[in-house]
Amino acid sequence: MTTSATPVKGKAPLGAILRGRSVPGRVVPVIATFVLFVLLFGVGAARYEGFTSGQVVANLFIDNAFLIVIAVGMTFVIVTGGIDLSVGAVVALSTMVAAASLRAGLPAPLVVLLVLLMGSTLGLLMGLVIHYFEIQPFIVTLAGMFLARGLCFVVGVESISIKDPTFRSFATAAIPLSQNVSITWSVVIALALVAVAVWVLHRTRFGRTAYAVGGSESSATLMGLPVAKVKIGVYVISGLCSAIAGLLFSLYMLSGYGLHAVGMELDAIASVVIGGTLLSGGVGYVLGSLLGVLVLGVIQTLISFQGTLSSWWTKIAIGTLLLLFIVMQRVFMRRQP
Amino acid sequence: MTSTRPLDRFRSSPLLWPLVALVVLLAANAVVRPSFLALRFQDGHLYGSLVDILKNGAPTLLIALGMCLVIATRGIDLSVGAVVAIAGAVACSSIVGAGDPTSAKAAFVGMGLALALCAVLGLWNGFLVAALRIQPIIATLVLMTAGRGIAMLITDGQIITVRNPTFRTVGAGFLLLPVSILIAVAVFVLVAIVTRKTALGLLIESVGINPEASRLAGLRSRTIRWTVYVFAAICAGIAGLMISSNVSAADANNAGLWIEMDAILAVVIGGTSLAGGRYSLAGTLLGALIIQTLTTTVYSMGIAPEITLVFKAVVVIAVCLLQAPKVRAVLLRRTPRRPARPVSDAEPAAAQHAQTPTASMVEKVAQS
Repeated sequence: MTTSATPVKGKAPLGAILRGRSVPGRVVPVIATFVLFVLLFGVGAARYEGFTSGQVVANLFIDNAFLIVIAVGMTFVIVTGGIDLSVGAVVALSTMVAAASLRAGLPAPLVVLLVLLMGSTLGLLMGLVIHYFEIQPFIVTLAGMFLARGLCFVVGVESISIKDPTFRSFATAAIPLSQNVSITWSVVIALALVAVAVWVLHRTRFGRTAYAVGGSESSATLMGLPVAKVKIGVYVISGLCSAIAGLLFSLYMLSGYGLHAVGMELDAIASVVIGGTLLSGGVGYVLGSLLGVLVLGVIQTLISFQGTLSSWWTKIAIGTLLLLFIVMQRVFMRRQP
Repeated sequence: MTSTRPLDRFRSSPLLWPLVALVVLLAANAVVRPSFLALRFQDGHLYGSLVDILKNGAPTLLIALGMCLVIATRGIDLSVGAVVAIAGAVACSSIVGAGDPTSAKAAFVGMGLALALCAVLGLWNGFLVAALRIQPIIATLVLMTAGRGIAMLITDGQIITVRNPTFRTVGAGFLLLPVSILIAVAVFVLVAIVTRKTALGLLIESVGINPEASRLAGLRSRTIRWTVYVFAAICAGIAGLMISSNVSAADANNAGLWIEMDAILAVVIGGTSLAGGRYSLAGTLLGALIIQTLTTTVYSMGIAPEITLVFKAVVVIAVCLLQAPKVRAVLLRRTPRRPARPVSDAEPAAAQHAQTPTASMVEKVAQS
């Protein structure tokens, strides 16, 4: 985009590019996330043998497929200036409903449909309450979180394992990319969802309106944009994404349990923020969130490769990164009014 | 208050629905289990379900008090649960590491250290929010994520158990009533006196309505915001001491898990708006009691304890809906109002902030 203008002058004004004349300030966090990802990966590659193998990268996607899906849904919500705390609980509820209905003998396609319907309905209900009763998203989705977690235990207190042959074969099927690298169907589904989300958020009217609502809801209303549709729609999308993530998670764990995915909403919010989305709304990219998830994944991989570091260092590292990115956003947003 | 009729005043009070909810819950309990309201006096202690509710609700109430002031400044503190874990971890590991782990000195040193560290964590939150001007919800999310990691770092991932009679008094001791209740009540009264009998409460509310206007009006809005975060962290620290002293152990993973959510709910159920600008201490007290009563109700009625969350969700949604201005407008339109009461234009807007008559004036000044 900038290279077309620079040959005329002969010298590329690198400073101008860095100073943000051609790169909008809101893209900088995404680039920074990408640089961080490469750096972290480089550190791993330099320190540990076998870190650069293709399967490590593939595992990064396999182990985080569900988180990618949740982060995508969360990006939509946060872009409109809302927040969805219910995602982790909806993931758990989805695994529970899927496992319980499979145990009851329902056919797998029907179960998938049922779970997706349930997730979107929960999202729709929360969206309706948030928009029409003007109660803060934080409280409504918090109540949604309690409700979904509680419903898990209504379905069953124990963990239910999934024995359905369709689910099992789908979960264990490996798609070979090369001789010794393979991925699962979950990764394909997650990446396809990312592609769809990129298109919806950046290329459709719905997506543009979501940014407008996040920028200023009253301005969007005055412009005649369908604010109600979009504000409710993003929660439906988030609910649907959580249900899909729940299905992927039940493939990953091959069980349903009410205590699955505890605290996953925080991971999702952290990856969205690390991916450069502003929690105040109006700015954010789906690909940024994908990078955010990958950064979290690399940190976990690094810690497991290291071997002697305990798992709580992951939490501290995520917190520190979150802090860095928030402060960085603060700096860039102040410079760009 | 614009109305002089006690009934009208009661009906428009934001405390009405929380109070109704609490009374209904207590009545339901009393009907199902008549012994619920009974109080026994034994060995110089007071026993009974009501005392249990108060005792178990004390940590939530303490945290909710801190949270209430934070929310009044249009902030939020998500890190309190992590601070609870850190306080317990610091106190217990300090007591275990002391020369004589059963002495009163070790207990006081441990608790002092814990509270000092909590104050530092509060300073950190306040620094992010007031000095760097980061949105409170993300600023405190940092500590919420990292905090449990820090607590586990302190306890080395273990559950530390202590045997210290002095330390045990804080959470499990009795002085006619359980000591934890007395501490919570003392803090409540202190906050009520300091913020409602001086101008401080008004200043906090004005910062919540418009920080910039408050600053221009000569308030130290930055200092005020900073202070409320420190106060919230110290409250969380005391609650953390109570929780870990009650079980004589520090569990970095589970101590105070989701307590920030309970505290926020208590504040919101009590009629304090998350948009800031006004707060109700009595409402917060009611809210904390409702949440604890709900939990106890579920236990005592023989419902599976795992389902508590569903009940909590239902109550929260119901109370929030009843408080939502839009729903109230619909409800009030249906009930026939007494005619011929002259109402000036300014009154309906002012009535919402009627708890403190001056708050609405500040708002008007701030908005103009």
